[in-house]
Amino acid sequence: MNGFANWAVHFFMLDEGPLIWLSDFLIGCATIGIIVALTYFKLWKWLWDNWLTTVDHKKIGIMYLIAAVLMLFRGGTDGLLMRAQLSWPNLHFLNADHYDQIFTTHGTIMILFMAMPAIIGFFNVAVPLQIGCRDVAFPYLNAISFWLFFAAALLFNLSFVVGGSPDGGWTSYPPYVENVFDPGPGENYFLVALQITGIGTIATGVNFLITILRMRAPGMTMMRLPMFTWSVFITSIIIVFAFPVLTVALALLLIDRDFGSHFFTVTGGGMPMQYINLFWIWGHPEVYIVILPAFGIFSEVVSTFSHKRLFGYSAMVVSMIAIAILSFIVWVHHFFTMGAGPGVNSFFGVSTMAIAIPTGVKIFNWLFTMHKGRVEFTSAMLWAVGFIPNFLIGGLTGVMLAVPPADYQYHNSYFLIAHFHYVLIGGTVFGVFAAIYYWWPKMFGVLLDEKLGRWHFWMFMIGFNICFFPQFFLGFMGMQRRMYTYPAGYGWGIINLISTVGAVLMGVGFLIFVWNILWSARFGQRDTTGDPWDGRSLEWATTSPAPEYNFAIIPTVKGRDAWWLMKKTGESINGPKGVPFRPIHMPNNSGRPIIMSLFFFIAGGGFIFQWWVLAIIGLLGVLVTMAQRSFEYHDHHYIPVEEIEKTEAAAGRL
Amino acid sequence: METKEHKFHQETGFPWKHVIGLLLSLVLTAIAFWLALATHQPPAVVISIIVVLGFGQLLVQLYMFMHFTESDDRAWQVPTIYFALFIAFTVVGGSIWIMSFRSIVS
Repeated sequence: MNGFANWAVHFFMLDEGPLIWLSDFLIGCATIGIIVALTYFKLWKWLWDNWLTTVDHKKIGIMYLIAAVLMLFRGGTDGLLMRAQLSWPNLHFLNADHYDQIFTTHGTIMILFMAMPAIIGFFNVAVPLQIGCRDVAFPYLNAISFWLFFAAALLFNLSFVVGGSPDGGWTSYPPYVENVFDPGPGENYFLVALQITGIGTIATGVNFLITILRMRAPGMTMMRLPMFTWSVFITSIIIVFAFPVLTVALALLLIDRDFGSHFFTVTGGGMPMQYINLFWIWGHPEVYIVILPAFGIFSEVVSTFSHKRLFGYSAMVVSMIAIAILSFIVWVHHFFTMGAGPGVNSFFGVSTMAIAIPTGVKIFNWLFTMHKGRVEFTSAMLWAVGFIPNFLIGGLTGVMLAVPPADYQYHNSYFLIAHFHYVLIGGTVFGVFAAIYYWWPKMFGVLLDEKLGRWHFWMFMIGFNICFFPQFFLGFMGMQRRMYTYPAGYGWGIINLISTVGAVLMGVGFLIFVWNILWSARFGQRDTTGDPWDGRSLEWATTSPAPEYNFAIIPTVKGRDAWWLMKKTGESINGPKGVPFRPIHMPNNSGRPIIMSLFFFIAGGGFIFQWWVLAIIGLLGVLVTMAQRSFEYHDHHYIPVEEIEKTEAAAGRL
Repeated sequence: METKEHKFHQETGFPWKHVIGLLLSLVLTAIAFWLALATHQPPAVVISIIVVLGFGQLLVQLYMFMHFTESDDRAWQVPTIYFALFIAFTVVGGSIWIMSFRSIVS
């Protein structure tokens, strides 16, 4: 009995101190609170019917977004903890182990569980509406993608309070993460959670590739696609080709850890650097997976709020294709210091610098779109305009890092940290915020408040620059990444303190954003027109939020900026008057995706703790749910004409 | 949307193609495992044979499962295949080139 108690205390990490106790307490309170609230207001059935089993792309998009904001909170808290620890020399607010775990979860959560679901959320929200179709190509698969991501995110976050967090960095380099040096379930959490969410992401890539190729409205040729949809198309291609490499790298490392093979152990004749090579074959395209959709968002926002068509549409498309190809041939710049020789390093240095060319083309195109436009500085537009200088700093320091001899000086210093935060926050996070302000009325039928939006933008923008700009200098002064504390006397203290102040301001910006959501839900201006921004693409042609079937009659597209053209010529989205509605074919809701991902979760737990019974039960469950799907014949229904007429009449379109 | 649906190939009868494909891929995997674990040939020989087997797996996937030959949309399929070949060449060739530093160092 005593043995079991000891094991349980260690397993639930009750011997790790007050931070864990506080987390346990908060998780308990939140769980009980949610259960009580759902029961008290009798919302379980509503939740199950409308959200948990939905295959509607708009609702899946909203769920992705909610998850992304929650994960931004978790990752941001990690970031603030790190900044608190580093704010002054010789602090021992966190010990070295805890610091390692926190920078690992910060990086992993921000890339895989915040940036990815945020951009995939907007794939779901916008793409089917922009190309004039009723759902994605495989709605059921889309639900599976979301629930796999969700199960993986839960699993990964569970590591904080059960068994111990991963501590090998978000890149999880061997040989350090092999069992010999890093025992315990921590790294397994990383490997298994990424594996599960990776399956979901590959499915999303396939889904949107097919959707954009096959489901476009009549007349919507490829060169008439809205730029965001183009960016999603290119991103999907990169996902489909890049993610399998991650799957392989993670699987090999998991086999090393779970079954004692020697792919990456030095003593067994393995090659640890091969993992690093494989990881970055995925890792660099991954950067473009999260940045290209942001480019697409900026293109939409800049064009809409300049009230002009996008400058250089074809150049935008060509440069995105160029970026997609180049993104696959630059990965060595993440490990120049491995010393692969002058030939390899020069090739990858030059190919990296080449990416600056198509990116520069895009920057100029946005500037020329604004040039002589009637620019309207709404919150969404502020994020887009703020993106340009910040991303430019990130991009230019990237070119500095691409010079191999110079990289030997900057490598893994705070210069690098500042660089990639300028790219990822200045690019992706600014893009996500722009998209939130831009598409919020389309998702919820409510506009976010502009005044709070400006406060959010300026607080976050100023805080971001105060936080990360000084880190370039810390890098020059020799401060390395991932050090948990540092001695006084290097002159790093005051700069770190300034950086921490900036991080706190970003946190305040986030709180203003959350307040804006709550305030606007209650008092915000309602969007009754469906087109609050005088938009240009088809998503603004339908009501806010869009009806279940998106378009009562599939529109015929006559040019770029399809809705703008329709408004110019006075056409209705439902085509000429008097065309009768026909019943609309829609997919049925299904509870199976969430059940299947529950089995993935169980199997994941089995692989993490090496409890093989659990792993087998989980995998069998996955197989059974897949087989069930094969024999499901009644998976669709028709929306009757009367219901369509009722909805369209309510929208004032009859 | 309704008119587009009819363009897709409808499968009738028992899915022999899939069953054969599954068996073939299982056999190819088993041979690779057997070569690596149970035979004691020089690594260069084993690796060369496994590369050939891997290419076989690729063909099984393309023809048996992905219905490579049954599409009516060549305009997208051809460039995609070329891009896939480019990526495969980059990943494999690039990795060999990059990791050859071991022989330089030692």
